[in-house]
Parts: sequence; structure tokens; C-alpha cells
Amino acid sequence: MYRYDEFDQSLVDARVAEFRGQVARRLTGDITEDEFKPLRLMNGLYLQLHAYMLRVAIPYGTFNSRQMHMLAEISRKYDKGYGHFTTRQNIQYNWLKLDDVPDLLADLASVEMHAIQTSGNCIRNTTSDQYAGAAADEIEDPRPTCEIIRQWSTFHPEFSFLPRKFKIAVTGAPKDRAAVQIHDIGIQIVENNKGEVGYSIFVGGGLGRTPMIGKHIRAFLPRQDLLAYLEAIVRVYNMLGRRDNIYKARIKILVHETSAAEFTRLVEEEFEKIDKTNLLALPDEEIARISKYFAPPDFEELAPSPAALLDAIDQDRDFALWVKANVTPHKVQGYSIVNVSLKPIGGVPGDITADQMDGVAELAREYSFDEIRATHEQNLVLPHVRETDLYAIWQRLVELELATANIGLVSDMIACPGLDYCNLANARSIPVAQLISERFAELERQHNIGDLKIKISGCINACGHHHVGHIGILGVDRKGEEYYQITLGGSADENTRLGDITGPSFPYDKVVDAVETVVNTYVDIRTPGESFLQTYARVGLAPFKETLYAAA
Amino acid sequence: MPLLKDGRFVEDQWQRLEEHEIVPRDGAVIVDLERWQVERETLKERTAPLGLLLLPGQSPEEVAEDLPRFDLIALSFPAFKDGRAYSYARILRERLGYKGELRAVGEVLQDQLFFMVRVGFDAFEVNTRTSEEDFAAEMAKFPAVYQPSSCGETTVFARRHVGLAQCAAE
Ligand code: SF4
Repeated sequence: MYRYDEFDQSLVDARVAEFRGQVARRLTGDITEDEFKPLRLMNGLYLQLHAYMLRVAIPYGTFNSRQMHMLAEISRKYDKGYGHFTTRQNIQYNWLKLDDVPDLLADLASVEMHAIQTSGNCIRNTTSDQYAGAAADEIEDPRPTCEIIRQWSTFHPEFSFLPRKFKIAVTGAPKDRAAVQIHDIGIQIVENNKGEVGYSIFVGGGLGRTPMIGKHIRAFLPRQDLLAYLEAIVRVYNMLGRRDNIYKARIKILVHETSAAEFTRLVEEEFEKIDKTNLLALPDEEIARISKYFAPPDFEELAPSPAALLDAIDQDRDFALWVKANVTPHKVQGYSIVNVSLKPIGGVPGDITADQMDGVAELAREYSFDEIRATHEQNLVLPHVRETDLYAIWQRLVELELATANIGLVSDMIACPGLDYCNLANARSIPVAQLISERFAELERQHNIGDLKIKISGCINACGHHHVGHIGILGVDRKGEEYYQITLGGSADENTRLGDITGPSFPYDKVVDAVETVVNTYVDIRTPGESFLQTYARVGLAPFKETLYAAA
Repeated sequence: MPLLKDGRFVEDQWQRLEEHEIVPRDGAVIVDLERWQVERETLKERTAPLGLLLLPGQSPEEVAEDLPRFDLIALSFPAFKDGRAYSYARILRERLGYKGELRAVGEVLQDQLFFMVRVGFDAFEVNTRTSEEDFAAEMAKFPAVYQPSSCGETTVFARRHVGLAQCAAE
């Protein structure tokens, strides 16, 4: 894992001191709320419906037990004893008082954490594959690349007042778990036919009210050119991106309006002209130095599938279901990746109590080389676990009420905060997720249905990624009533696709029935072994429309 | 607007010409891009100092050839959120080799001064609440920087690799 050196620490400490001064100016009335707003937003602090909300960055989703313990302590000290993991691999605290925030930030800084650039029109926290460094299909660990981007983008003097927020995601594997094609810049680590590792670049993806899939603008970028190329893209965007209309200000609109071909030409032209000396031609020494922080832990030589594990699977049906859904193969024999579901039946997706945070931190220290990951699907991961320890870990997770065996299944939903917290919402998201989860509470039924991603947004801003849900649910306002539009067939992996709208939207008390109708229709018409997306690709919208609107 | 230059308040020697004003024979004046394009030949003849105002959307690369004629370039921030001039500043300093005064005009907030200096501005038309002490405090705000930029500070990266030839030069 990356460790701050004196420079990193001095910058984060300086930022805490700066914000402490700004809060003091605000509390004494030296500056107005209007003047304070951009300053607090640069520190991840939002004013929501009921209280201040702080978004804490977890760079590329990687953190350790010490940091998790601190996140728990913060939730006890300054909030209501819980936190909320978001689709951006961040954690949010929803119930803060303004005068506590400087102390909270100082506590974060003491464990090398911060809330810098988690909001505002700047380059946001870079996100990545939650299985980085553990996935069997990985070409290279994406985290050194992410860390290089983190440093380059932190307090970037040229790019702190962009037309709109800017999100970068990196994946190191051909199977895309970081949803790179729905980011402003998506970076995929690839190998060319000479065996050199470099980057394949997508630009202009994003959801929101005008969802777009990223355009592929560079098939192979040599790795030393990474930062120069990123500067070229962001500079073109900073100079030409629209600033007249907030809804047209993201880079996806610029790419769309200028055409992908012309945009690519502009970027390549700018890239040619950029002075590629100093850091903008990344020296091998620097790449090597950063990569060292992410060297694989000392894995032992272990036999695969130990007998004790197989016995436990045979004897304990609940454990077997959990292994099936929540445990993923590791690149090293005898190890596994454990997914910790933050989607208990009927719970709030992504919520976690302070005690649960402490529990996960202890498990990470004891069993996973002290590493934890946050996923963009609002779950947690223990990336490096010995197969022989799986049963013990599961038992501890059961005690912590974190052992729901539903990763990738119906009840593993993404939901934005919606009307319960967010002042932009049209409709509630969290209660819809809770109701769906209760409807499908029976785990055997969920396993029988198989892989299914439901994603819920409370308004067109699409924080819940509904466009790329296998089943997407969007809250809309119909004459002051909460209604929900349903989309089918979306996907955010290497075959990214936007879902199709089924038809008229459903009122709050009918939306769960509608979801169940879709699921039942799929189960009825699928061929053996066919996933929801495969069935949808084969039959299209028609059969679903028929059952959904039959009664009407 | 008070003018801060190199951290000190100074008297503004420059007159910004409005559209309808005629160009005086003497004295330092700032003209906008439109006037420069229309009256370029006569303006070139003029011996007194000449400055150019560029608005967002007017990239300095459009006037790359003419740069030696200008002693001052003013880049406008119509709103503090409009960050185009940060890119223009770096292009002027790093790509086009512009060495004259680079002035930030418009909505120039205290909390932005650090970034502006880093991309190459050396003069600022600030609001009346900003003091020289504020400017000094802003400059001392961050003890290190990650990215290479126009003002040539040593980056964190160079400080980590003091031995590396290409970054040792400040
Ligand atoms: S999708 Fe809308 S309702 Fe949900 S969090 Fe985003 S802005 Fe708020």
C-alpha cells in the first residue's frame, strides 16, 4: 500500500490548517455562506437536507485496518455511529456539525486520509478495480498508475476550475470491474504485441441526464507519456468545454459535439506540443519507486482447495452459499478474495456501523495482510485471504451481521441517497432498495435467479448508475408524486451498454411488483445457464413489456 | 481595482481602453483582441508600451506571432469558476515563451492566488479585501507541489529524486 512521505503529509496537514482558518472566518461571520460554499466544496463538505455531509476520499478504494478504525472512531465522535460507502469508493458522513469538521479532518490526516477533491469542478479521486493486485486476470496492478495520477492531480494549478467535475478510472484487467467506459477518462492497462505494457484510453463516458459511453481515442499509449497525455486531454477540455450550461459542461458533451475524431485530433495535437520533460515524461525510476509500495505481500505456498474447506462447504449450507456468491478466485493458489456485503436484506445499501467497521478492520489485519478495499458497488473486499481461513472469517462476519451471501445477486443493489438525504432528488431510492431486497429475501431464490445488477437513482443525475443496471430504476416526479422509470439491459463492464426504457413509469407502491415481474419473466423464458443479460440480448424488450404492462 | 504585483500593491501605470476610446499617442494602454486585429498596423507603429486583453475563448495561440510587441497581457476571469485562463497562462509562459507582465483581471479571489502564481501570473487586480499579508499567506499555503508548472518551483517528485539530472535544475 502507498505510504505518505513527508511531502504528502505536509500537503494534507497544510490543507487542514487552511480549512480550519476558513471555517473560523465563516463562524465569526467574516465570510458569507455564498463565499464559503466553494471553499467547503473543495474540501468535500456539502450542505444537505438536514446537516452537513462530508465525503472522505479512499484513493482507488485501497485502505488498511488503522484507517478503517479511524473511520469508525470518526463516526462515533462526530456522527451517529455509522458511515456510508458510495459508488465512488468513498465514505460519507451524513450528520456533521460545521465546527467539528476541522478536527475531523485532522483526525483523518493522522492516518494519511483526507477529503480533498471529493467535490467541486476538479479532477476527483481516481477509482479502480477493487480486486487490484489480487485478480487472476490482471495484466498489471492498476494502483501504481492510480497513485501517480493522484499525485499529479492533487491541487493541480491549471485544472482546479474545470467546466465541471472530472472523474478518471483505471483497470488493469481485461474484465472491467472499474466501469472505465462511464468515466470522463477511462484507462485500461494493456500489453502490445512487443510485450510492452501501456494504456488504452477512453474519453467522454458518463451517466447523468445525457448518458454516453466513452469513446476509444488511443489504443496504446506508452506508459511514460501517461501524464502528458492526461494533461493534453484535460487542457483541451478546460479550454473548449462548455461553460454556458451546467448540463452540457461535462467532457462527454464536448466529445459528442466536436465528434470523437476531431476531439482525438485536438488531443493528439496538444499532446505533440506539450513539453515532455520533467515529470511529464514519467521516468522509469519514479514508476518503479511508486510500484514498490504495491509489491505483492508475502504469499505462502499453499495447496489449493484444502479438505477442511471442502468439508465445511459440504456440511454448512449457509457457508456454501456465501462461498459461492461472495468468494472470488485469487491469482495466487490457496488464496481467495472475500467480498463483504454491505447489502443486508432490508438494509441501506452501503451503510456500515462503527462496530462493523472495527470488525472488518480486525479481520483485515488478522487475515488479509492488513488490506481492505471499497468497491464502486458499495461493498467491501478483503483481497488476500487464505482458503483455510475462509470458514473462520465467515463465522466472524456472521457475528458482525456482514455475511449476507448476495454479491452480484438481486439484493446486491446500488442505490443513491435519494430523497432521504439529497436535495436534488425526485424520489426515494433507499426505501425502494429495501423493499426489493425484502421481496427477494429468500437467498436460495436469489441464487436461482443468478447474476443480476439492479441500480437505483433518485433523479436524472444518475448517481445510482441506473442506466447501466441490468435493471435500472430512475425516480421521476409526476405531478408531485414519486414515480419510477424502469430500464433493462444496461451494463458497465467491458461490454458497456445503456439500458432501454420499458415504457410508462410506475408509482412507488407498484415498483417492486414491476421488478418482480421482470425477474419472473426472465426466469420463465431463459434457456438453461443463460444470464439475464444473455436472455435480454436474445429476446429484447418485447416479452418484458408484455408482462409489465399486461394488466394496464 | 487595487493592483498587486510581485506581492506588493503598486500604482497601475496602464490604461485599459474601452471600445469607443481612441488610442492616445503616449502612455501604456491595454487593447482588446478585436482592436488589435483591426488596428494592428497602426498600433505596431506606436512606440509607447502596449498591452493586450484576452477573454475566455481567445487563446493566446491566436496571437503567437505578435507576442513580442506586447509588454503586458491581461487574462480575464469573468467569474472565479471560469478556469480557461489558467491554461492560457501556461501556454503563454511555457509554450510561447512570453516573458512580460501577465495580469489576472476580473473575479480574482484570494484563495486562487496560489494557483495563479503557479501557472505564471505575476500581477493581479484584486478586490479591496485582499491585503499584501493575505497574498503572502496564500503563497506560503502549501509547502510542496506535485506538478511541474510555469513558475518553475521544484516539484515533490524532483525533491524525491534529487539525483535525477532532468529535474535537478530548478
Ligand atoms: S441521483 Fe439524484 S437523488 Fe440520487 S444522489 Fe444523485 S442527485 Fe441525489
